[in-house]
Amino acid sequence: MEKFTLLDGLVAPLDRANVDTDQIIPKEHLKSIKRTGFAAALFAAWRHDPEFVLNQPRYRGATILLSRRNFGCGSSREHAPWALLDYGFRCVIAPSFADIFFNNCFKNGLLPVVLSEAEVDRLFYECASFPGFKLVVNLENQSVSTTDGSQTTRFEVDAFRKYCLLNGLDEIGLTLRHADKIRAFEARRKAQFPWYF
Amino acid sequence: MGSTLYDKLWDSHVVHLEQDGTALLYIDRHLVHEVTSPQAYEGLKVAGRKPWRVDSVVATADHNTPTTGWDEGVEGIRDPFAKLQIQTLDANIRHFGAKVYFPFLDRRQGIVHVIGPEQGATLPGMTVVCGDSHTSTHGAFACLAHGIGTSEVEHVLATQCLVTRKMKNMRVSVEGALARGVTAKDVVLAVIGRIGTAGGTGHAIEFAGSTMRALSMEGRMTVCNMSIEAGARAGMVAADETTIEYVKGRPLAPKGAEQERAASYWRTLKSDPDAKFDREVALDARAIKPHVTWGTSPEMVISVDDAVPDPEREKDGAKREGMERALAYMGLKPRTRITDVKLDKVFIGSCTNSRIEDLRAAAAVVQGRRIASNVRLALVVPGSGLVKAQAEREGLDRVFRDAGFEWREPGCSMCLGMNPDRLDPGERCASTSNRNFEGRQGAGGRTHLVSPAMAAAAAIAGHFVDVRQWR
Ligand code: SF4
Repeated sequence: MEKFTLLDGLVAPLDRANVDTDQIIPKEHLKSIKRTGFAAALFAAWRHDPEFVLNQPRYRGATILLSRRNFGCGSSREHAPWALLDYGFRCVIAPSFADIFFNNCFKNGLLPVVLSEAEVDRLFYECASFPGFKLVVNLENQSVSTTDGSQTTRFEVDAFRKYCLLNGLDEIGLTLRHADKIRAFEARRKAQFPWYF
Repeated sequence: MGSTLYDKLWDSHVVHLEQDGTALLYIDRHLVHEVTSPQAYEGLKVAGRKPWRVDSVVATADHNTPTTGWDEGVEGIRDPFAKLQIQTLDANIRHFGAKVYFPFLDRRQGIVHVIGPEQGATLPGMTVVCGDSHTSTHGAFACLAHGIGTSEVEHVLATQCLVTRKMKNMRVSVEGALARGVTAKDVVLAVIGRIGTAGGTGHAIEFAGSTMRALSMEGRMTVCNMSIEAGARAGMVAADETTIEYVKGRPLAPKGAEQERAASYWRTLKSDPDAKFDREVALDARAIKPHVTWGTSPEMVISVDDAVPDPEREKDGAKREGMERALAYMGLKPRTRITDVKLDKVFIGSCTNSRIEDLRAAAAVVQGRRIASNVRLALVVPGSGLVKAQAEREGLDRVFRDAGFEWREPGCSMCLGMNPDRLDPGERCASTSNRNFEGRQGAGGRTHLVSPAMAAAAAIAGHFVDVRQWR
């Protein structure tokens, strides 16, 4: 999993509440053998609309998605964070997230940031007012700031999850912290029961 | 206090234990197939990781391989998605490697749970995992074996460990001799009928008792295979001389002096006499009759001389509703004698019952007869290419073909209907597989789980019959 420390990125505003995983990636696109290659399927149903946020040139290359409450509700499919990541997003900012989606984000190196409704409102406003509006997401300090540093908001994140993201540790990464122990166990087992190897 | 077999297997594989009871469990054998592995391998690639121990991997394509048209090769696979998965497995194994790999069309290809034991890839005392719930099959070898999900497949590939917690101990003791015509399948259906499909939840089941000891390895595999249908992720049987004899001489089994050293260790793989189990269940084998499921869950099962139960007589409201729903789906009336139920299709195969002894038992019933005119399709799908070849050497294919059965190439086939072998809506099937869920063998299909001999007799008679009376 890629580390998440500091993200200085363009913001794409998706002004909807209750964006569900079926909208993030419709189920026709699940018949894959991969966990990459979902970028084209991200918000597939909405992408037909030329006005849709991701179709607007000014948001090309966005790495931060701004949305409304209860983002990621619906099925538990891990394809939803895969699709967002594959498109290039590393962070989603919303007033609230659905539980499973929220967990799945951390498992895959996508940072979900919860800010107040008022704060999110303000960010939508800034986005609309300033083409090329960027934000700096600093996980170490748990802050979201404007690039000139004039505005800074703090957010909460579980300490263990923060540690994993900062160090790029997914579940496999966590287990691999015990790599020496696994190796030692394996060597003992091989000496004792060579026929299993 | 002594240890159970499960305690011993668990203790000998714990690499690291967290305070909260979460353990890293070392995995000896990782069986890989085409359906649950693509995203796991993709995950490795994306993260730039390598498999921890390639030699632990044994791979084959089985779930959606076709059972006909093998002469057309991979190009002959009609379902583009199945084809893509089969080709992806191929590419992944070529890229990452494996101890042994039996691709589609290989003479040794077959259902992953059939080929593991057949090749000696499953050895007593191992931990065995596979992205498939019927991995419990391998517990027959005194292994700790259970199914895992795709993210766990990736985790095991990358770390050789599984993050897990210890289960509770449960012992199912079956004592006494089985009557003629009563098989391992009937034993496990009787167990599920007794404890229910959630009866083993959270437990590792050890199947013990004189009946289990008398069963062949293939019979023990049939029983352990369906542990998951009793809610237990793992089922197991202690190792004994039957186990050691079966394993001896298999391609991946230890040889010579090492074999003897291994065997003396394997003989310790049993519960201590004073071991304590969290739960105990006992069954009298002499009372077990051939079984037939009537509903849409393996616990909805009766003896062949019984009638379909009447929901009216069920006091529990939720259960009654479940029964009514199942009867409606199955198109059955309460109190119908199960032997009056007519069939459209018959399937002999799956990781539960597709080994040579299963085919012999079915062929013995079929010998010299014809399938009934109302049976539209009767399929025999051997569990592996080697089972198929052995059956052909014994002339079993002729017996089946002469009777009107189709003799197919190995694979999972109509057990789950991912390939073209399916039930059509409303079709009724006697099946030797393990799941009779709604739509399992095809949308709207109606599955009755039985033993191979019972399925064979049903194919000939056109309805269920008691094989104990078969002459
Ligand atoms: S035969 Fe059926 S139950 Fe067994 S592995 Fe194949 S699909 Fe699963």
